[in-house]
Amino acid sequence: MNWFGKFLTSSIGRKFVMGLTGIALVLFLIVHCGINALIFVNDGGVLFNEAAHFMGTNIIIRTMEIGLFVGILLHIVQAYMLAVANSKARPGKYQVNSANANSRWYSRSMTLLGTLILLFLIIHLKHFWVVSRFTGLEETSYGAGNLYIEMQEVFAIGWVVIVYLIGVISLAWHLLHGFQSAFQTFGWNTLKYRGLIKCAGKVYAILIPLLFALMPVAMYFEWIK
Amino acid sequence: MNFKLRIWRQADSKSNGKLVEYSISDVNPDMSFLEMMDVLNDRLVKEGQEPVAFDHDCREGICGMCSMYINGRAHGPMKLSTTCQLYMRNFEDGETITIEPFRSAAFPVIKDLSVDRTAFDRIIAAGGYVGVSTGQAQDANAIPIEKHHADMAMDAAACIGCGACVAACKNSSAMLFVSAKVSHLALLPQGQAERKTRVLNMVEQMDEEGFGSCTNTYACEAECPKGISVTNIARLNREYIKASFSGD
Ligand code: HEM
Ligand code: SF4
Ligand code: FES
Repeated sequence: MNWFGKFLTSSIGRKFVMGLTGIALVLFLIVHCGINALIFVNDGGVLFNEAAHFMGTNIIIRTMEIGLFVGILLHIVQAYMLAVANSKARPGKYQVNSANANSRWYSRSMTLLGTLILLFLIIHLKHFWVVSRFTGLEETSYGAGNLYIEMQEVFAIGWVVIVYLIGVISLAWHLLHGFQSAFQTFGWNTLKYRGLIKCAGKVYAILIPLLFALMPVAMYFEWIK
Repeated sequence: MNFKLRIWRQADSKSNGKLVEYSISDVNPDMSFLEMMDVLNDRLVKEGQEPVAFDHDCREGICGMCSMYINGRAHGPMKLSTTCQLYMRNFEDGETITIEPFRSAAFPVIKDLSVDRTAFDRIIAAGGYVGVSTGQAQDANAIPIEKHHADMAMDAAACIGCGACVAACKNSSAMLFVSAKVSHLALLPQGQAERKTRVLNMVEQMDEEGFGSCTNTYACEAECPKGISVTNIARLNREYIKASFSGD
């Protein structure tokens, strides 16, 4: 095998791919959250619809979208391959194990949290991505599809809001561990930067999911119209 | 002191093991955990039963031979302590103590609590040494080493190769051990000549032995009797990525 194949199939290389795709997703979510937060302008969705229209039609953004899907796929496939290999490495389980004495539950539950995110993601893509790209949105007078109305309809349903909250809370726990973990994987978690990375990770893992959580809740309770 | 012990008994690597209960009484609180096991074994031998196999050598916390997963923790409940440095006064009178072997596919059980940790030896043999001439003993004193680096190398060199990191990790990952060995040599001038091949070969051997990958739960650091820091794992990742992508 050449050096690159060797790197990618090594335990450290596999984690490097996880970290890289994870951080790519982290960056994507900043943009995603920023654009969606335009609904809080409370202008009947005009600004939000225009921004969404731009994101859905701009050629550069559409190309980046392909990269995003490849990244997510890599992250998911690698996640389950690692999970299988790691469980093989410990065939006999402990009868008594005090894992909480040495590590946090969410750091040990990345596969479970990731699976919850994945289930959420499937539902989420069906709600918005499939509709805006394929089945078609309602037209607006200003030329953009009315994604805002779609959001209002979807988030009028109680169980959907609950599913979104579960997805977003899983994301928060996933990132509470994942953000700093990626930097450890890259080798940047040195004494000098450890504090900064931990702090940035906590801020991100709480702030972004909180903003996302507010969206379905605000629509359900009609805080924004 | 009196205790109820639940000890993992397994005849060999092929057979299935199980927890077997023993009662032990009149234990001196100042006995070490291994001395308590000796007392139990004396009794088992006198009663014509098979004594419990467990590993030990120095009994002063430096050889890394003693193992045991005690009440769900590698080397028991005490921080920064090996099983041989654990005392019965660290337990409650009348407590039930569950004792299992270190569990990992790469550490097959030899018998009872004794596991085969030669996977670590093979990782060391893959590169955990200095193979080029670095002179005689006096030359070491003539090589300038920055104090900060010398200290970090010394901290990494404190690893006794006990395998508690592997035992505690949910993935049975050996990253803390390997990172300590790689860091120790990567930080010193004597380790520079083989810096790249060392990390590449040691990680390759680590993967071949069937240890899991690192999820960065940091359970290893919390359970390491020598306080090896996970910043060494960051260094191992850095060294491995750099060595892999390096052009020469
Ligand atoms: C879509 C479903 C997802 C699954 C199945 C999944 C699964 C996982 C798993 C199992 C790990 C831990 C791997 C290990 O250390 O052994 C992980 C790490 C990580 N994930 Fe996810 N994840 C998903 C989505 C996401 C999303 C949406 C983000 C970011 C917004 C994300 C960011 C990260 C980061 C930053 C890490 C840390 C990487 C590292 O430790 O180096 N993941 N993921
Ligand atoms: S890193 Fe710590 S726990 Fe792991 S082998 Fe070395 S001394 Fe033991
Ligand atoms: S017997 Fe040597 S470290 Fe415990």
